[in-house]
Amino acid sequence: MAVDAPTRSPGDGPPVLEGTSEVATPGLEREAERAKARQGFLLGLPTIVYLLLFFVIPLGFVVAYSFATRTRSGRTELRDFNLDAYARLGDDIVMTVAWRSLWMAVVATLICLVLAYPLAYYISTRSPMVRNLMLVGVMIPFWSNFLIRTYAWRVLLDSDGLVTQAFEFIGLGDGRILFTSNAVILGLVYGYLPFMVLPLYAAIERIDWSLVEGARDLYASGWSAFRRVVWPLSRPGVIAGSILVFVPSFGAYVTPAILGGNKEGLLGSYIVLQFLSARNGPVGSAVSVVVLAVMLVATLVYFRSGGKNL
Amino acid sequence: MSKGVAKSTAEPQGFSRWLLRGHSLGVFVFFYAPIVVLCIFSFNDSNAVGNWNGFTLGWYEALFDNDNIQSSIWVSVKVCVFSTVIAVVLGTAGALALERFRWWGQKAFDAVLYLPIIIPDVTMAVMMLVFFNEAAGWLDWIPGIDLQDGLEKLVLSHVAFNISFVSVVVRARLANLDASMEEAAADLYANRWQAFRRVTLPQIMPGVIGGALLAVTISLDDVVVSSFVSAVGGTPLSVFVFGMLRKGVSPLVNSVSVVMLAASMALVLASLVISRASGSEREER
Amino acid sequence: MDATTNGQHPAVELTGVSKRFGDRSGTEVTAVDDVDLTIGDGEFYSLLGPSGCGKTTTLRMIAGLELPTAGSIRIHGEEMGLRPPNKRPVNTVFQSYALFPHMSVAKNVGFGLEMRRVPQSERKALIDWAIELVEMGSMAHRKPTQLSGGQQQRVALARALVNRPEVLLLDEPLGALDLKLRHQMQVELKNLQREVGITFVYVTHDQEEAVTMSDRIAVMHDGRLLQVDTPEAIYERPTTRFVADFIGKTNFLEATVAGADEVVLANGDRLRLPSEHASGSAVAVTVRPERLTVHRRGEAPADRHTVDGRVETVTYLGNAVVYGVGVDWMHLEVRCPATLAGDRRDVGDDVTVSFEPQHAAVVTG
Repeated sequence: MAVDAPTRSPGDGPPVLEGTSEVATPGLEREAERAKARQGFLLGLPTIVYLLLFFVIPLGFVVAYSFATRTRSGRTELRDFNLDAYARLGDDIVMTVAWRSLWMAVVATLICLVLAYPLAYYISTRSPMVRNLMLVGVMIPFWSNFLIRTYAWRVLLDSDGLVTQAFEFIGLGDGRILFTSNAVILGLVYGYLPFMVLPLYAAIERIDWSLVEGARDLYASGWSAFRRVVWPLSRPGVIAGSILVFVPSFGAYVTPAILGGNKEGLLGSYIVLQFLSARNGPVGSAVSVVVLAVMLVATLVYFRSGGKNL
Repeated sequence: MSKGVAKSTAEPQGFSRWLLRGHSLGVFVFFYAPIVVLCIFSFNDSNAVGNWNGFTLGWYEALFDNDNIQSSIWVSVKVCVFSTVIAVVLGTAGALALERFRWWGQKAFDAVLYLPIIIPDVTMAVMMLVFFNEAAGWLDWIPGIDLQDGLEKLVLSHVAFNISFVSVVVRARLANLDASMEEAAADLYANRWQAFRRVTLPQIMPGVIGGALLAVTISLDDVVVSSFVSAVGGTPLSVFVFGMLRKGVSPLVNSVSVVMLAASMALVLASLVISRASGSEREER
Repeated sequence: MDATTNGQHPAVELTGVSKRFGDRSGTEVTAVDDVDLTIGDGEFYSLLGPSGCGKTTTLRMIAGLELPTAGSIRIHGEEMGLRPPNKRPVNTVFQSYALFPHMSVAKNVGFGLEMRRVPQSERKALIDWAIELVEMGSMAHRKPTQLSGGQQQRVALARALVNRPEVLLLDEPLGALDLKLRHQMQVELKNLQREVGITFVYVTHDQEEAVTMSDRIAVMHDGRLLQVDTPEAIYERPTTRFVADFIGKTNFLEATVAGADEVVLANGDRLRLPSEHASGSAVAVTVRPERLTVHRRGEAPADRHTVDGRVETVTYLGNAVVYGVGVDWMHLEVRCPATLAGDRRDVGDDVTVSFEPQHAAVVTG
């Protein structure tokens, strides 16, 4: 019951050198490798074309818009390229919004770090079962509807909402923080806290605890073992988490729109305003480019500091 | 597992231990309390939101009687299905091209593929708005695309960010797949296509499904990009609800919110279960 | 077996095969360097060497998983050229087994037949035959994840053998198994090879494994083929210091070639040993520890070659005694069958170490 060995039928596969030649020509292997590279490129081509068309080119348009001219009627025309829009970035109103965005994002990031670090530490010291359960508990808010989660706070913070009532009941004075910067920071913290917990957990979980044992063995107190061993080793997670919270907070739009009212707009809100109400494409685009640049710098910092994936 | 034994030292003792425990509990309360309150109040039989006035399902009935909500749900579903299917195909192909081949320009493609994940959604929204403004003229030349209807614009822009999420998930799965598995298939007379279909695809399937669920979730949740590109009358549910809840708290918004939240949580749980199931299968081996 | 298998051509023939890997920074690494080898039909042929010596790359080039930078690979006289792995009459047992985890054992084994469109009716019989061959009949419906390492190894073997390849390539197939199972599988593999009569090309870094199973061994180092010979010849008559050292324990006596069949040891003693090295070149004479004998000083038989020294260490191993003997210009290790304590030499004893000239071999310095 012999099975025939597979024999080559003409016309399939790459060219085959026939038996006459003594030695295969050097370089054909390179050609085969190049053919394989071509296959890979072709496989990726539709995706490349799509991203080029619907991501890279739109990005190019935004950059072009930031140098474009705005007509009296509010149309943006791609002619007479100039730096007017960037000059406008120095205006008081833009600077006010920019500084507010910056400090709110920084405060939100710090609060997230303070809240998330002990939690991530606690999760990573649990038994695998409990750990997985707690992780799912963090993952659910991580991926579930951001808009609605933010809205939930509006329900709580409303003038007759539970939090407000509770504040007044305890006698902490006026509990109405809705439409203040505190409400916006609260919303940012609530929205992006999982972004801090998960990378921190990933970093702390990787720590070799025998190092801590070693430190304890060398008469380090619990606290100094943490400060000298655990904290430095978890720093990549701290950096990753901080960037993941800072970047979206800096360009936030939904959170201030729901919890900040019209007063507490951030850069994201300002961009939307420029496009949808003020009809000033160049300025809106210029601010977008700046936000994008901040994001890119933060990401580069992250990759430089040894981060691998987001 | 020596690691598990050693962890006892990692656990603080005494007071700080209780502090840590209390803190963690507090954070979880912080995560879930607003959601729970929202759910409870969606059953509140009152026009005012803050005071409990008895149980009712009336707001859910109102939700299903509301034509605007009905039609925006349809928009959401259509956009979500089309954009997910396209993003899964393109994202998986992109993941394969990056993970299994070496070619010129690969690094640049890799970087561009990451961008939509980290770009702030306002920037993405502005990009799409500007692009459709400028390119409407020549996009209309492509047969089958009619930009007047916002649906195409929604699908095109959702695909643009979902490709990246799908390909990240699929790539993670591919990277864990023993490359000698594909070599074995080739060694056993399978051509490239057969090797992919019979060996690679079945094994990356959990990644593909996980990526698809992620794409569905993100597509349904997106507000900012969608509100920039959707046409009047053709808004998806998230944009419609955003408009409603910016105006203020109302019991109807509560019930819509609960439905949306439940849908997105179900999707998250499903993708977590799938990734867990395939993960444990790997551990067994 | 079939038309392509005939006595005129060796099973595998490599001529001037080289493989260079270039990375993006432009540096090139030569993994395989101008290798010529000929593997006979039905032979059990081992490629032996330390990790990174190019043996696995050589195997992968025969399989078609890697293409040579230069040179020609022929299987039964047929030039392989750029032919992809799925069009080559060989099958491979991978180091990691590479079983498909989503298919049952039977599906795994039948995969190659299915790809080659062997009719369903024949397929069943072939699968049964292969599974029986590796004694996995009761496990046909299990998934690979439900099998032990040894069982997975058998399935991988059956999956390759069911296709009746002209040549079976094995890449350290026993590497992941524990020592006891490995010994058992060595015997089984050898028997299996005799039974099916297929040429085996076996890659391993374990010299004992290679010596136990092979008809011939090719020792590789740094991408080059150092010596190809039967296990006995490799062990008894190594031609290079590396081969002598890699296969088992040995002693080296520094020497210089003095003529076509004479070498001069470092202490001036002359030794009649044939070698192909030019007169005056520095070489070493290698003698295995068990080929050396220890005598009380001056009691060695006259027909043996002798070196005087002093016992420095005595190690009792149960079935053998190993003496470390210091000679003024070097140190020798001597392995003797165990004798009763009273008959052993002690540390500090003056002794004469002897060996028969035919048990020594000249290797490159």
